[in-house]
Amino acid sequence: MTYVVRRVAYLIPTWLAITLLAFLIAQLAPGDPASSYFERLNGRPPGRIELARTRHLLGLDQPVAERYLRWLGQAVQGNLGTSYSSGLPVTHELLSRFPATLELATAATLLAVLLGVPLGVIAASRRSSLLDHVTRGGSLIVGSAPGFWVAYILIIVFSVKLRLLPSFGTGGLSHLILPAVALGLAEAGLLARLGRSSMLEVLREEYITTARAKGLPEWRVTWQHGLRNSLNAVVTQVGLVFGFLLAYSAIIEVIFVWPGIGALAVNAINQRDYPMIEGFVVFTGTVFILVNLAVDLIYMALDPRISLGSQTATAAG
Amino acid sequence: MAAKSALTAEAERLPLARALAGRRALGRLLIADRTALAGLLIVAIVLAVAVAAPLLAPHDPNAQDVLNQFKPPSAQHLLGTDQFGRDELSRIIIGARISVLTSLAVGAAILVIGVVVGTVSGLAGGLLDGAIMRVVDVLLAFPSVLLALAVAGTLGPGLGHLAVAMTLVWWVDYARLVRGLVLGVKEQQYIESARALGVSGRRLALRHVLPNVAPPIIVLATLQTARLLLALAALSFLGLGVAPPTAEWGAMLNDGKNFLDTAPQLMLYPGLAITITALGFNLLGEGLRDVLDPSLR
Repeated sequence: MTYVVRRVAYLIPTWLAITLLAFLIAQLAPGDPASSYFERLNGRPPGRIELARTRHLLGLDQPVAERYLRWLGQAVQGNLGTSYSSGLPVTHELLSRFPATLELATAATLLAVLLGVPLGVIAASRRSSLLDHVTRGGSLIVGSAPGFWVAYILIIVFSVKLRLLPSFGTGGLSHLILPAVALGLAEAGLLARLGRSSMLEVLREEYITTARAKGLPEWRVTWQHGLRNSLNAVVTQVGLVFGFLLAYSAIIEVIFVWPGIGALAVNAINQRDYPMIEGFVVFTGTVFILVNLAVDLIYMALDPRISLGSQTATAAG
Repeated sequence: MAAKSALTAEAERLPLARALAGRRALGRLLIADRTALAGLLIVAIVLAVAVAAPLLAPHDPNAQDVLNQFKPPSAQHLLGTDQFGRDELSRIIIGARISVLTSLAVGAAILVIGVVVGTVSGLAGGLLDGAIMRVVDVLLAFPSVLLALAVAGTLGPGLGHLAVAMTLVWWVDYARLVRGLVLGVKEQQYIESARALGVSGRRLALRHVLPNVAPPIIVLATLQTARLLLALAALSFLGLGVAPPTAEWGAMLNDGKNFLDTAPQLMLYPGLAITITALGFNLLGEGLRDVLDPSLR
């Protein structure tokens, strides 16, 4: 239990550092933000007095440290400022678009798991077979292809040529298939490789030999004894994959005009919408560390040797 | 002198260091490993193309020919022409320069930063180590491509900005790996002997610690190059890299996406170039790992 408390408490400094990072990134912006803010609103560069007034309005006349603390104070209350481009609260926009990203990342993770894990297990149980070679080679190839390029190849084949699936937008399963495949394919390859190697490790264990010696059929040795024991590594990786896909869906969202936070962020970058960029960094960072926390806790629940400290570790091991 | 012979003696007993010390032996092992050999061949060819690009390109990559837009492959233009009638093959070849050499440059920069920070952190220990590792933790707590996207997007478009953003974000992997490795060898007897003999901190790091932790770093560097290549392509595809008309693989894909119906081949070639190059580095990395650390096979 102390581990859980410590692990959760550790989130606070990490989260604070992420907010500092987000704030500092926005400070990298070239030019005077007050001047560009005024120009965006009025379509002309500000005069001297107007510039000073805008600066005061945006709080830019305060020292950096003070501005960070004020911004942080509001961020803690869920206020990440107002988007330059839409004029709406950043938090509101992020929250209203997050479900779409969640849906896409979940679908892509499911695909990666359902495709990758069985392939990895089968490849391990038939080592050096044709299927094993194809799985290893295929996983390396999909891991080497840029996801956004795979997205366009899928669009060209399934939308432009075959006219089977829509190439953009939302609405039902048919719209979800291409973006989910584009996003999840490389991770399927990763899970296949990981599943294969952790399965191979387990299959070398003595209890597998025992199970075989008992005369259990090979499929039961593989799928019951083998898979269950190699699952820990895979489950952890699945959690990481999910967090990764949540964060990395940005380009796929842009390509498929998917209304998630990734597309929102890329848009914000093109528009120089700094409050939105800051908000996006804080929001994604927060989601990412929460997913990592969940992964750690699940891993702990699966493997009692980790949760209860060193005394039981020797007993269990 | 005495310290050096102590290291040599220890190195003889370390299979990894020995494999690395005998460069010829390493070469033989790499050629024997088919994965590594395939990767090595691809990487060598791509590097040769990148370096000799101006000599190899059959046409001026930026020469427009409005009467010959979207031409299919022909003897004149082996991969056809793009929306401005420019020779696609020449653009792919010249594009290798920016795509591959930028990835390698960023890779070298993060390698140096990461190795220096990781070694200092591992050898120094204490408060400095603690402070450095907190920074590393935070950067690792955040998805790298997104951070690079935010930094590059804030700095504004341009290949230099993009390279700076990627460097700022990616060095942490090395720092963590190197620190862990340094902590591992720090307590070894040959390091202690060198210390006892009064070897200075810098010499200790460069001559005694780093050679013994090199293999995993080399593996990471190779795999990392593939990742950087993909990230560079993605960020450049979003319009954060080179300005037109410069040929760069990610930017070429960004151009090509407007002609999916009429000229899908423009999406094919740059993507294949990226995939094959990344595959080469990935194969080489996997092969190196097998050769340098057979237990992971």
